[in-house]
Amino acid sequence: MKLKFGIKEVVALGIGTALFVVLTTVQIPFFIVPNTALQPRMAVLAFISAVFGPIVGGVAGLLGHALGDAFFYGWVFPEVVVGAAIGAFANKFAVTEGGFADKKKIILFNIVQIVANAIAWIVVAPVLDILIYAEPANKVFAQGAFAFVGNIVIIGILGTILLVAYSKISGKSSDLKVEE
Amino acid sequence: MARMISYEKKDTPIHKLSGFTKLVFFILWCMTSALTFDTRILILMLFMGGTIYAISGTKWNQVSGVFKAIMLFMAINLVCIFFFSPFEGCKIYGTRTDIVYLFGKYYLTREQLFYEFNVLIKYFTVIPSVFIFLTTTDPSELASSLNGVGVPYTIAYSLEIALRYIPDIQDEFHRIKNAQEARGIEMSSKGNLFSRIKNTASIIFPLLFSSMERIEVVSNAMELRGFGKKKSRTWYSRRKLTPGDFAVLAFIIIFFCISMIFTYYDGSRFYNPFI
Amino acid sequence: MEKKPIIEFSDVTFKYRVQQKPTLKNINLKIYPGEKVLIAGQSGSGKSTLAHCLNALIPCSYTGDMSGTLRVNGEDPSKLGVFGMSQIVGTVLQDTDGQFIALTVGEDLSFALENDCMPQDEMFEKVDSVAEKLELKSLLLNAPGDLSGGQKQRVSLGGVMACDVKILLFDEPLANLDPATGKRTIALIDEILKNEDMTVVIIEHRIEDVLYRDVDRIVLMGDGEIIADMHPDELLCKNLLPEHGIREPLYVAALKAAGVTIEPETHPQHIESMNIEPYKDKVHSWFHSVKQHSHETNSDVILSVQDLTFGYNSEKQILSDVSFDVKKGEMISLVGKNGAGKSTLASLICGFYKPDKGKILFKGEDMSSLSIKERGERIGYVMQSPNQMISKPMISEEVGLGLVARGADPAQVTERVNNALKICGLYPFRNWPVTALSFGQKKRVSIASILVLDPEIIILDEPTAGQDYSHYTEIMEFLRKLCLDTGITIIMITHDMHLMLEYTDRTLVLTDGKLLMDTSPVNVLTDEHICDRAYLKKTSLYDLALRCGIDDPSEFAARFIDDERRRGGRTWQE
Repeated sequence: MKLKFGIKEVVALGIGTALFVVLTTVQIPFFIVPNTALQPRMAVLAFISAVFGPIVGGVAGLLGHALGDAFFYGWVFPEVVVGAAIGAFANKFAVTEGGFADKKKIILFNIVQIVANAIAWIVVAPVLDILIYAEPANKVFAQGAFAFVGNIVIIGILGTILLVAYSKISGKSSDLKVEE
Repeated sequence: MARMISYEKKDTPIHKLSGFTKLVFFILWCMTSALTFDTRILILMLFMGGTIYAISGTKWNQVSGVFKAIMLFMAINLVCIFFFSPFEGCKIYGTRTDIVYLFGKYYLTREQLFYEFNVLIKYFTVIPSVFIFLTTTDPSELASSLNGVGVPYTIAYSLEIALRYIPDIQDEFHRIKNAQEARGIEMSSKGNLFSRIKNTASIIFPLLFSSMERIEVVSNAMELRGFGKKKSRTWYSRRKLTPGDFAVLAFIIIFFCISMIFTYYDGSRFYNPFI
Repeated sequence: MEKKPIIEFSDVTFKYRVQQKPTLKNINLKIYPGEKVLIAGQSGSGKSTLAHCLNALIPCSYTGDMSGTLRVNGEDPSKLGVFGMSQIVGTVLQDTDGQFIALTVGEDLSFALENDCMPQDEMFEKVDSVAEKLELKSLLLNAPGDLSGGQKQRVSLGGVMACDVKILLFDEPLANLDPATGKRTIALIDEILKNEDMTVVIIEHRIEDVLYRDVDRIVLMGDGEIIADMHPDELLCKNLLPEHGIREPLYVAALKAAGVTIEPETHPQHIESMNIEPYKDKVHSWFHSVKQHSHETNSDVILSVQDLTFGYNSEKQILSDVSFDVKKGEMISLVGKNGAGKSTLASLICGFYKPDKGKILFKGEDMSSLSIKERGERIGYVMQSPNQMISKPMISEEVGLGLVARGADPAQVTERVNNALKICGLYPFRNWPVTALSFGQKKRVSIASILVLDPEIIILDEPTAGQDYSHYTEIMEFLRKLCLDTGITIIMITHDMHLMLEYTDRTLVLTDGKLLMDTSPVNVLTDEHICDRAYLKKTSLYDLALRCGIDDPSEFAARFIDDERRRGGRTWQE
């Protein structure tokens, strides 16, 4: 696991958080129900986590949510879970080394993100709502399910596109030929 | 960022407190609010929150946008609670006093009303504290305050970096978005979900790419200026604690303890007026 | 000088781990305390690598093999590390936004002190005294967003001076500044050197701008070696600078073009103080021998801006009553200090914002009803950094993106993409990843991705910012060829006086939201009053002409530029 937290990670955490906050305003309508729009910022969080590891991913989720949503609209913890879980596999993804282009990595990334989102939105968030606000279980699980679907869609499509594209251009290109 | 609430320099007793004090207050206050369900404490907190809000000199227009959005969110939330579980209050308080029959399986009960009222005021105890914290704490003090409550300074400093670069990245995002739109890539385009996401990718990718370069430049600059070599660091913008700070800190710690004892001494965190 | 050198390279060779050949070869260089040394060289000459050796980024952050010995203030940088060296060598980076890390000026000045765990009270004192020296005292609470480029640079400088360093290392300090601010920076460095006990090393390829104040020596780098290490008066007499891809000061180039052999004794370091007497006659006879400057303007108006007024809010107007016409096939420069409204004007033309008042006509048709996307088919916009426009990893995909987004059919996309790639000389690389290209090539990719939409005008924001002379020439000759071959109209936002002088037919000078002047570049750059107001710098050709007693300095400048073009030492190659 990438547990190193050097200067580069400090900066990545700061810039990653800033990106997350800036992209808060970008939403793609999904269901007709309010507050369920797809959030491209989650894909950026997944990207930062996959590149810089679990600490950067987890804390960027926390700070990003706190700043972007002014602490409201739900809990900060689901983002932490998603960021940290995806980040835990950062070494496997090898994004900056150009390793993310093959199918296996893409599948692994998506399995990880689906599981992480399931834990975040179907376990962590509802349980907190029940414990702290004593909200009805069926309501919070239904809510969690919406968030879960929205997040796996946006991370699955947008997150994968961003990672594949970045991995393609940052890897070493050895066999380039000039074609006439 | 319409949603962001920003710091405004003023001369009030709240502004004079150190960021560290406000952070500790904010954390303990939110914990109290989260852990208790005792209506009497919540109402007390509601009044205290309102008073502090008034002292802090926060203007309505600084927070009105966010406030309205929260109200909408809360209204939906309370309605959802009722529709998903009309007898949640009865479960909690152990009695059932019907007020009126509505339709289907839905009855309006006094217990449910009281329970949802508690959920509502629980929110209302937190809302002003967030507003006050954000409008009275100088962002420059946030990092040192976090470090003060035990967060490693490296992580605390990344918050400073985030706040520093949000305006720059915001600006860059708009410029990229405009330039891409001129090329024909629109984020708001009609079309199906997949093509919308693809267009979004075409706008976010350059932003990410240049952010990755920014990370490189900034980390070099920080290394050249000696960041991260020592186990701790001092802070230029940390405010020294005054007697006022100590008084506030003592108060919030005592308040937290008393609230917890008061809430839990009978074994339940709910205040039950029905028995 | 009998003093001991403060910097001493002995046979230093360095090879980056990822590269085959060494980037520095057998460097021997001594710099003495109190000296001001300019290190010049084009990209890839090894000048930045040399700088990185001084602050220990090499070998601590960029790994590789190093041989020979390097002593800085008697220490071995590789042993002291980046942190240790930061107490001796203060590095001022090119990217002032990257170096300004904290939220306010005061915090940023104290950044290094905080990292060194200095107690707060001492820190306040230190920051105050540094701020005093750099005239930043009134700005201590300001955020970086409220500062100009020059102010940010002073903060960067203050941030390293706060550590009481012995050596100041400037990495291309002029790259992001407008000419007038650049001049002030050079003057400021000179002042610091006079008042403090310091040594200054400047890495820069803009020789003429650095020579605004005396330097003790110029070290010219080329291909990893030191080509020359001599006094500017001596170096300017030789042809080494242009031979190694560095632009000579314009007056020096003009003197040489007039057939003069410059002697070091005449002190050519500054045009103001050099002894011009021996050369006057030759310059005169050259001036009368070259063809008169003429330029034709007879084509149709393609873009007409009429009484344009705009403000982001009602309190402050960014542009007021700006009117001008652009003719088909022109190359135009848009200049003025930062914040004068140049980018805003471009944004209004592209439709990113709506004007408060006034009209923009494209071929006589009012564009106000057109969307950003529709305008994009008529007027293309190229951002400053190509990285800000690149959203696809592969070149041909990137170039075709705008067409695909417009739903063009695939066969047509391929054809038009190939065509645009051929125009830009990128066809052989069409299946490469964008990152495998040089900056100039990437710039051409972003231009190709606009050309593919077949616009009749393109607007480029700072097309050559931060580029050395050879890349600058590559990009500009490409644009000129593009303009000649396709008849496309080109509008460039720029700070670069050379660019406007050498490549544009007309200059629009914006100052405080008003159009101050709309005339030929030589007329602008020989008008001292306008230059001052618009933060430009008058060209040294003007001073040369005056000092030689030529009564029409603008004509002199124009003829020299024409002549240089005709001799055409530079042609654009793929």
